Amino acid sequence: MIILFYLFSAILLAFALGTVISTNLIHSALLMMGSFFAVAGLYLLLQADYLAMVQILVYVGAIAILLVFGVMLTRKGSIEESNLPNRYKTIGLVTALGLFGLLARSITYTRFPSPPLESPPQNIIAIAQAFLLQYIVAFEALGILLLIAILGAILIGKEPK
Amino acid sequence: MIGLSHYLLVAAALFCIGVYSVITKKNAIAVLMGIEFMLNAININLVAFNHFMAPSQVIGQVFAIFIIGVAAAEVSLGLAIILSLYRQRHLVAIDEMDILKW
Repeated sequence: MIILFYLFSAILLAFALGTVISTNLIHSALLMMGSFFAVAGLYLLLQADYLAMVQILVYVGAIAILLVFGVMLTRKGSIEESNLPNRYKTIGLVTALGLFGLLARSITYTRFPSPPLESPPQNIIAIAQAFLLQYIVAFEALGILLLIAILGAILIGKEPK
Repeated sequence: MIGLSHYLLVAAALFCIGVYSVITKKNAIAVLMGIEFMLNAININLVAFNHFMAPSQVIGQVFAIFIIGVAAAEVSLGLAIILSLYRQRHLVAIDEMDILKW
């Protein structure tokens, strides 16, 4: 368990850093795909098996492929220099490192209460009950949101007359 | 022993990588990638809190699934906007997208 946690975390952070550092946008998209697989592995370690499958299906299968399509459809100039930083590089570095220092300090100094580890419920059954009984209104709203997003994407993306 | 704070630290690092990508990238698609990293970090936080603080419930996982659905809607709309901007004005860099500025 401990080795797997460090392995998945190292893969995740290394691939995410590679995504940010690489100047080739196609390489960035492929490295991002790998980091999404590592996130799915972390979900498996946290006993969220259904969520790990959803992560692979939606993020790796849909969102990453969609971003690759976006990269290929909007090419301008050389692909080797398609992912350059703008003039706010130092400001961004300072902001990100400062934010990480702040978060890391508050995480390590907080004493989280540790309740006794109970046996987790049957994952898929419990999630289905939560979706269809407790959060049914939010579930329907999410469906309507996705429908509106599809219609809006078609409307924005279609050829102007 | 791997505890809650280990997962929170990994998620914080991933979130900061996303913040850096959003601030410093020129290409609009790279900015969308940064937003995806930030959303993934939040999902890791939710699932880790679910697993360590309330193991008898699945509320954190349900929230994470809602966030994944909203992220899918967001990335599809964002890409549609980027594609239409590229087709009409040949723009990819976000610091050139100043049509709304007078």
